[in-house]
Amino acid sequence: MNFWNDPLKVAADWLTGIFVGWGMNDVFAQVLVAFLGVLMLITILMVVDIFLVWIERKVVARFQDRIGPNRLGPFGLIQPFADIIKLMIKEDTTPDGADKVVYNLAPMLSMMSVLILWAVVPLAPVMLGVDLNAGALFIIAAGSIGTLSIIMAGWSSNNKFSVIGAFRQVAVMVSFEIPMLATLLIPTIFAGSMGMNAIIQSQDIWFVLLSPLAALIFLIAAIAELGRAPFDLAEGESELVSGYNIEYSGMKFGMFYAGELLHAFTFGGFWAIFFFGGYRFFGLEKVSPFLAIAIILFKALVGYWVIMWVKYTVMRIRIDQMLAFNWKFLTPVAFVLVMVTALMNALLRDASSWLFITGMLLSNVIVAWISLEFVRSASKKERERVEGVKQVVEAHH
Amino acid sequence: MIPLSWYLIFAAALFSVGLFGALSRRNAVAILLGIELMLNAINVNLVAFWRYGDVMVLAGQVFAVIVFAVAAAEVSVGLALVISVYRRRNTVVADELDMLKW
Amino acid sequence: MTAEQIIFLIVAGVTLASALLVVTTRNLVHAALWLVATLFGVAIIYTILNAGFIAVVQVVVYIGAIAILFIFAVMLTRRELRDNTPQLNKNWWSGALVAVLTFVGLAFLLQGWSGFSKTAAAIPSGFDAVAELGNQLVSPEAYVLPFEVASVLLLAAMVGAVYVAFTRK
Repeated sequence: MNFWNDPLKVAADWLTGIFVGWGMNDVFAQVLVAFLGVLMLITILMVVDIFLVWIERKVVARFQDRIGPNRLGPFGLIQPFADIIKLMIKEDTTPDGADKVVYNLAPMLSMMSVLILWAVVPLAPVMLGVDLNAGALFIIAAGSIGTLSIIMAGWSSNNKFSVIGAFRQVAVMVSFEIPMLATLLIPTIFAGSMGMNAIIQSQDIWFVLLSPLAALIFLIAAIAELGRAPFDLAEGESELVSGYNIEYSGMKFGMFYAGELLHAFTFGGFWAIFFFGGYRFFGLEKVSPFLAIAIILFKALVGYWVIMWVKYTVMRIRIDQMLAFNWKFLTPVAFVLVMVTALMNALLRDASSWLFITGMLLSNVIVAWISLEFVRSASKKERERVEGVKQVVEAHH
Repeated sequence: MIPLSWYLIFAAALFSVGLFGALSRRNAVAILLGIELMLNAINVNLVAFWRYGDVMVLAGQVFAVIVFAVAAAEVSVGLALVISVYRRRNTVVADELDMLKW
Repeated sequence: MTAEQIIFLIVAGVTLASALLVVTTRNLVHAALWLVATLFGVAIIYTILNAGFIAVVQVVVYIGAIAILFIFAVMLTRRELRDNTPQLNKNWWSGALVAVLTFVGLAFLLQGWSGFSKTAAAIPSGFDAVAELGNQLVSPEAYVLPFEVASVLLLAAMVGAVYVAFTRK
């Protein structure tokens, strides 16, 4: 075991040795080292988060045919630090009649719900917080803490707009959890385990090839869970000012904002883990854990870029359309897909891998085609209804 | 190692707190909160019995999962009833819902 | 006292304290938030019991769905019952008496049971409780019938809740 093959264990052993050398209790030293490890992970994540602000601003600028931050430092790299200093020295306001404890707790919970996700993210075969055997479910559990933080923020601000924004956001998050959970079951079926490491290890063929529809539904549900466009109703500026976080200023707002960016990046990572092989890339991950980290971070960035791409190209949709889309389309499709996948998996378990891939892909295409036919007939009816209403209105004029 | 008794006493205390809530709150939503506490206390017992009995026999965990389902069903119907009552009678105080008491 | 026991005592104390606040706080949104704290405590107790899956499901179902539902219900029914009116009914002392008697009775009954202070055997290595639970839930020899009945119950509850809360135009 040298440093290049298992850096975390070597570093932990070294630190534990030092602490024990100081005359510390063995168990206590291990707990302290674990604590330091968590602290290090969180610090790295926060630094990554700062650069995510820069990436987001640069990418959105390119999408909108602008240049983006370019004044402070090379390529404007110092800009996010200036933003943070601005947020820090801004006045920290608390609205009259706000529920102070809940109001101050909400941004922390929001940030926490994102950071806690990284406990189960495998950065390399040997580098992960815990290999929880219910890892996939853990994501949903952490998401429900985020939901809670939003409703706490909305309610405690003592502001009608923030309550309405929180209600909308929570309605979206709670309902899109269902297709997300259903699509998470599909990698679980293929891997035979809910543990993140087991899911990655069993991806000799990327799961996106076996079930592209599941990858797509997971991405849509993830975007809704993040509250990003086209599902960013909570912040419909024209109707709600800014949703659940109107009353927050300074670094408290910064926590929500940073949490959202890191959340998007994290879900890019989960997309990579569940459907694009995580840290695996043609055996390169076996060379060194550092290479594995580079691979998974690159894949996460690609996923994040796709989420940004969707955000800055697609228009916002109405709340009723969004909930109808979820309950009447996405959830049934996800459930049907889970059933079809489970059935195909049981039928083709002993077949050759080519037959397995073809069968899975074909069943996905068929499910997608049938569901798109349904959407087409439904949207045709809807269009006729809307046009009928228009004609009636015109006749009145 | 923690003896089984600690879990059982903890669950009994949690159950009693929930019972107190269910018996003495006026608001119907708060009564449901108390019932949730009681269901949780039962779940602690079930999981503790699984852990301290034969680990291979998963009856305790299965029962806990089914209690989750029952709790979800109970809360959704209960809160729907409370909201429906609130719409008709404009109150959620359990004492004032006495239409059946003549 | 081992580290595990200290952790258990702290968690159990915090959980019971927040449970007491659930049933006594005037502000019902606060009561729902204290319920969340209690549920978290119970989830930690499950983790101490090596039931990680149950702990995660506890967070998903109770905090992600039930607690949120409670907060929604409190907000939708708040107009009438202001926080300054008494939150306990006039028979609260008999409720307290029944609760205390229940606790004392349970403690007395349990204390006479032979397995009361049993300690747990170590979990055999290689035993994956989640996989086994999944197998047993859908195995005809084990719990497939209760599992299906539970899903029918959930469906019925969903239909019932929608029907009861639906406003007729």
